[in-house]
Amino acid sequence: MLRVHSFESLGTYDGPGIRLVVFLQGCNFKCLYCANADTIELKGGTATSVEEIVNMAKNQKPFFGKKGGLTFSGGEPLVQAKQLLPVVKTLKQEGFHVCIDTNGSILNDDVKAVMEYVDIVLLDIKHINEAQHQLLTGKSNAKTLAFVDYLQEINKPVWLRYVLVPGYSNNTEHLHQLGKHFQAYNNIEKLEIQPYHELGAHKYEHLGWEYKLKGVKANTPEQLDEAYNILTTYFKEVVIN
Amino acid sequence: MGKINEVFVKGNWNEQVNVRDFVQKNITPYEGDSSFLCGPTDRTKKLWEICLDAIKEERANNGVRSIDTETISTITSHEAGYIQKDLELIVGLQTDELLKRAMKPYGGIAVVEKACSEQGLEVSDRVKDIFRNYAKTHNDGVFDVYTDEIRKYRSLGFLTGLPDNYARGRIIGDYRRLALYGIDRLVAAKKADLAGLVGPMSDDKIRLREEVAEQIKALVHIKELGAKYGLDLSRPAESAQEAVQWVYMAYLSAVKEQDGAAMSLGNVSSFLDIYMEYDLANGNITEELAQEFIDQFVMKLRVVRHLRMNAYNEIFAGDPTWVTEAIGGKLMDGRHKITKTSYRFLQTLYNLGPSPEPNMTVLWSQDLPENFKKFCAQVSIDTSSIQYENDDLMTNTRNSDDYGIACCVSFQEIGKHIQFFGARTNLAKTLLLAINGGRCEMSGKTIVEGIPALKSEVLDFEEVMANYKLAMKDVARVYNESMNIIHYMHDKYYYEKAQMAFVDTNPKVNLAYGMAGLSIVADSLSAIKHAKVTVVRNEDGLSTDFKIEGEFPCYGNDDDRVDNLAVDISNHFNQLLCGLATYKNAEPTMSILTITSNVVYGLKTGATPDGRAQGVPFAPGANPMHGRDKNGAIASLNSVAKLDYKNALDGISNTFSIIPKSLGADAETRTDNLVTMMDAYFSKEAHHLNVNVLNRELLEDAMENPGEYPQLTIRVSGYAVNFVRLTREQQLEVISRSFHSNM
Repeated sequence: MLRVHSFESLGTYDGPGIRLVVFLQGCNFKCLYCANADTIELKGGTATSVEEIVNMAKNQKPFFGKKGGLTFSGGEPLVQAKQLLPVVKTLKQEGFHVCIDTNGSILNDDVKAVMEYVDIVLLDIKHINEAQHQLLTGKSNAKTLAFVDYLQEINKPVWLRYVLVPGYSNNTEHLHQLGKHFQAYNNIEKLEIQPYHELGAHKYEHLGWEYKLKGVKANTPEQLDEAYNILTTYFKEVVIN
Repeated sequence: MGKINEVFVKGNWNEQVNVRDFVQKNITPYEGDSSFLCGPTDRTKKLWEICLDAIKEERANNGVRSIDTETISTITSHEAGYIQKDLELIVGLQTDELLKRAMKPYGGIAVVEKACSEQGLEVSDRVKDIFRNYAKTHNDGVFDVYTDEIRKYRSLGFLTGLPDNYARGRIIGDYRRLALYGIDRLVAAKKADLAGLVGPMSDDKIRLREEVAEQIKALVHIKELGAKYGLDLSRPAESAQEAVQWVYMAYLSAVKEQDGAAMSLGNVSSFLDIYMEYDLANGNITEELAQEFIDQFVMKLRVVRHLRMNAYNEIFAGDPTWVTEAIGGKLMDGRHKITKTSYRFLQTLYNLGPSPEPNMTVLWSQDLPENFKKFCAQVSIDTSSIQYENDDLMTNTRNSDDYGIACCVSFQEIGKHIQFFGARTNLAKTLLLAINGGRCEMSGKTIVEGIPALKSEVLDFEEVMANYKLAMKDVARVYNESMNIIHYMHDKYYYEKAQMAFVDTNPKVNLAYGMAGLSIVADSLSAIKHAKVTVVRNEDGLSTDFKIEGEFPCYGNDDDRVDNLAVDISNHFNQLLCGLATYKNAEPTMSILTITSNVVYGLKTGATPDGRAQGVPFAPGANPMHGRDKNGAIASLNSVAKLDYKNALDGISNTFSIIPKSLGADAETRTDNLVTMMDAYFSKEAHHLNVNVLNRELLEDAMENPGEYPQLTIRVSGYAVNFVRLTREQQLEVISRSFHSNM
């Protein structure tokens, strides 16, 4: 059984086409800007069977069109890799397109098995600089960088995703560093810049947590343009989500 | 026959009145994209500015610009009226002045008097004298005959919005016939029909002979109407401009004589396209002129007005006229009916700006050209002015490829079929009868005899269902009785002779029943079944509240445990209605549609077992209740798609509102995703979808600054309204509805 936080049946930002996004409960990171703070707690969620998810996918199949499918997000979906494996395996057998939206910090045998049934990995790279990554997530970025190496090795398509937090992750030098690090990976199909927003801040209040990015404003169009211009020199395709 | 008719491909339409055959033989389906379209001409722009100014004046003057309180409106009652004559390529107004409303007292004189007095005006003594002392109206007839039981159901809110004091509408004339045949030929055909209606002289036969005789008189009047505008309607149209003009004259006659709730146009665009193609091919007109004909035609349809009292606004908000035009669809032979004129109609939403009228309805088939699908999606995203209906489903189920949409969502085969409008019954309030021993939960009056008191205050699903079925049976019976009376009287005192002149003699009739409160019923039954629900009662033993312990699935989340309850109840109620005898042997059909009466229904309904408090508005149509669809837009669509069209042949309305960003990050993705969604929704045999692509903030701003949003259009339940014409309560209700957002 998977522990599910919630579903979004009209997902249009997490992979190609229209997608059923399954948000799994629990994350091993605690990013300062997390928009889904209520999915971080490792316990909880609604126990959901393989069958239930496959049935939902079947009901929704016509809406997926030629490109769409399912995306497992969270939380960090690979925290539940063992439980996720039979789900993605069945979905793949039924012919569905499957994406995983991950921070890339977990790589074990279960994760490797899951990857066999995944079409695209949406890999959230929080920061290229180790110290800044620690600041934003409380964890090192070493495992994430190694995960991308693994995906390259198995030739798995990757969409990098990068949240542009003003004052935290929009430093020019770091953006160049990010580009230089990843430009040689030929499995990376595109990079998505995800503008920072405060829409998730109210959840912190609800959880009784402190929102540490209080006062950080959404990106200005100039900030987005600058990041876009830098990153397009390194990646085949850059989009602003 | 005029010259142009000689060049068209011949067929059965030459021998008989059969427009469908003409369209089939002569249509030019168009596969291309929208790049051929033209913008508005200077003439169009000037004319529309005059209209906009008049509309502004109308809004400033309590929603009515002026009223003719002297004249009883008929086809020929008013002299020719113009917006500005030298600019008009398509002429004709309902009265002699733009936006001047006319009195049509045959529906009921009291309503006309009230509508005038609310504007500080008085109906002329002459007209009052006629209708108080000499002529009898539809309204008089109905109330002479209504039983005490029907009156009780009506006043307590079990039946609401019945067309017993206003014209029933919903009938669509085949207005194309005037262009294709001209008056003289149509009169000859009706005379031949009349001659064939011979004895024995039963009630039915006598009535039908009288109806046909009335139709013939109407046709003669329509010819006179044309003469007032210098048009010779005795003959067929001989050019594209005349074809548009002739069709409009036929429609104009209908809205001069009748003020029915909904006065649809039909499906004229692909018919008119045949004339356009001929004139374009022969160099008689340019694309710019072709577009101008349509722009000016649509402009005229936008200024159709009826005289309504304020109370009417509660059930039909925003002063709608339902000039519904069905665009597209497929022919039985597999070709699609998309023509360049289908595009031209939609283009008016750019050339003249967004508008609720005409009520543009795209008949969506999986096989429509991708170019057209994308254009529709684009227009929806830009204007929120289109609704969609499932052509594949309707063509297969109803076995016709030449149909229009009556009112909001209802199939009607053009020229072959009519329907009797039946408003709707409140099935949520009916559920409370099951819990209150057959008494109305608000007044305490006994509505249905023989419903046992519940054994326990903790509701038992089987027990409530058994009582509910008893209650529904009686409600269906009383509803049917009221319908038979209403339509008998409407035929007798306010027969639609102008429209029926363009319909086959003795057409098939649908009796269009309706139900409201489906999502409330489904969620209430789900709560009773899956959670623990305890009734709270007042000292009279009537339910006032419900205590709910535990979770229960809600309709709108693609969960069969509750969605199947919605399906079962709507099927069951329809079957009850289908078992009852009808006036004129009409075929019973039922809609799951509320117009905007979901607000009034809510007001008249006590607290329900789903946790809804007394007075809270219902969800519109077949929509899930606001905020209860937790799994996003598609799960919500999937729930509604499960309802069975065969048990709701009058239509299943779903209004879908989404913020632009939720459709995707860029314009192309949004269009693609909307097309995919529509294909998918209709592939599941869903029936109807209103599409709004809007930000909630925009509506909030429009509430505060209405002057800046004169044309802001939003789809509600099966039709569209000017947002700024709604009352504040209605605006708040629209804003409170689910705006799907995946942000």
